[in-house]
Amino acid sequence: MKETISHIFLFIGLLFDLLGCIGLVRFPDVYLRLMAATKSVTLGTGLILLSVVIAGSAPVAAKAVLVLLFISVTSPTAAHALARASSVSDIKMWEGTVCDKFTEDRKRKTNEKT
Amino acid sequence: MIIFGFIILIICSALCLYRIGRGPTASDRSVAIDILGIIVVAFCVLLYFKTGDGFYLIVAIAWALLSFIGALALAKFLEDKGFDE
Repeated sequence: MKETISHIFLFIGLLFDLLGCIGLVRFPDVYLRLMAATKSVTLGTGLILLSVVIAGSAPVAAKAVLVLLFISVTSPTAAHALARASSVSDIKMWEGTVCDKFTEDRKRKTNEKT
Repeated sequence: MIIFGFIILIICSALCLYRIGRGPTASDRSVAIDILGIIVVAFCVLLYFKTGDGFYLIVAIAWALLSFIGALALAKFLEDKGFDE
């Protein structure tokens, strides 16, 4: 019973990983690729780690919870830093983008300084 | 059963490597490297399922932290230089 639930979580996680990587290849823009890949790959790897927590013994489950904690804290932070760096280094958005408040705000601030 | 999971993760890594090789700008490549780091953690978990050796989860902890530091360093570098290829 435990093994069946663990395998179900494992394969849902693998499906999310695969969809995230397809998004990384198919989307037209750095920001959209970051959006597609980071969220779904983090969720997919988190579900794979959850399957270890369900199936494994106590020390192994403790290590898996630790990895889950690290991943869920560090991955959004890294994604935020990369998106900010791309925006600051003037990488163009996709032409269908309708709203970019961060760049407007940054340009307004640099104009006020000079 | 687990072999199927390995095949899916190898396809994921191949898609990330495609984006690293092809990506038009440097930040595309940085994003793909960050994602590849998380997929390596998933590889470590599948190796634990295959062998039953808890050592692989320690490797996963170290890899998650090092991948995070690498992504932050790349982001800082991009922000300072502003280069584009």
